Amino acid sequence: MIAALATLLAFQLAGEALRVALHLPVPGPVIGMALLLVWLIIRRGPGEPLRHTSGTLLQNLSLMFVPAGTGVMLHVGRLADEAWPIAIALVASTVLGIVAAGLTLHRLTRHKKDAQ
Amino acid sequence: MTPDSMTEIWVYLSAQPLLWLTLTLAIYLLAVFLHRKSGGHPAVNPVLISVSILVALLLATDTPYQRYFDGAQFVHFLLGPTTVALAVPLHAQLKRLLAMSGPLLIALVVGSLVAGLSAYAIGAWLGASAPTLASLAPKSVTTPIAMGIAERLGGLASLTAVFVILTGIFGAIFATGILRCLGVKDEASVGFAMGLASHGIGTARAFQLSEQTGAFAALAMGINGLFTALTLPWLLPLLAPLLR
Repeated sequence: MIAALATLLAFQLAGEALRVALHLPVPGPVIGMALLLVWLIIRRGPGEPLRHTSGTLLQNLSLMFVPAGTGVMLHVGRLADEAWPIAIALVASTVLGIVAAGLTLHRLTRHKKDAQ
Repeated sequence: MTPDSMTEIWVYLSAQPLLWLTLTLAIYLLAVFLHRKSGGHPAVNPVLISVSILVALLLATDTPYQRYFDGAQFVHFLLGPTTVALAVPLHAQLKRLLAMSGPLLIALVVGSLVAGLSAYAIGAWLGASAPTLASLAPKSVTTPIAMGIAERLGGLASLTAVFVILTGIFGAIFATGILRCLGVKDEASVGFAMGLASHGIGTARAFQLSEQTGAFAALAMGINGLFTALTLPWLLPLLAPLLR
């Protein structure tokens, strides 16, 4: 487990280094994810410890958002001032985004399956 | 134990990182328990439940967020390595992802532009202020990217972080229901839509559905973050007069 954690941290570190060095607009962990993917392609898959540790972490991905999410309490006042425009814009645009992405991919891949 | 010694213990412990770290984990476990009890119902969202209980607790005990975060930061830190770990399910689904790369790219462009520009347009139409609009536009992408974009557009980074979290929770709760109404049930489309519109919290929900759904969500979260960071900062100022 420690070896797997060290691997993940090392790729995150490499991602952070690359982000700073090349002034990339993407956060270090996302670059680290891309680097690890390339590494897994070269190595033809993860070893059992990395697969296991990644699985455990990802099953609890929700937990990692709790500390930042609790920060909502700092903005209750500001949110109240423009509550309605914010709530409607947020909800409607998220629904539109879900529908646009989901429906586009669904339609495009369904036609492909029909053609086969 | 006298009330005085109780108060003394509380004053000591509430200033320690240990208390809030322990409570974060314990409350999360309770939320997961409730989620399982409900049969995995999307409305019983573990993030929403945990955050609600913690905010209520912090307000009731008059604890500042910063003191809470001193403890909770150890959990927050795990977000980094866990994001890196998304490469493992992505690799497992690589063949499928590559076979669908054309449709995935088109869905990315359509979904990303609709999610970002419609937030701005609807907010502007309802009379939201300029900093609020700039903070709303990048709300579908993962927090660190969204904060960077908001700052470049003249928004408030911390306000954006709140919009990102709220968007994530909303998407995690409602995405499957909305898509089912439209007849979209395949794992690829559902996962991709969840990751694109509601980033990591949507991805966390997608992993609860299946590993394949999660992999498509992780992919969508990653490439939407990249695409939005590269397009929104110049595209939005260009289109803003038309969207108002």
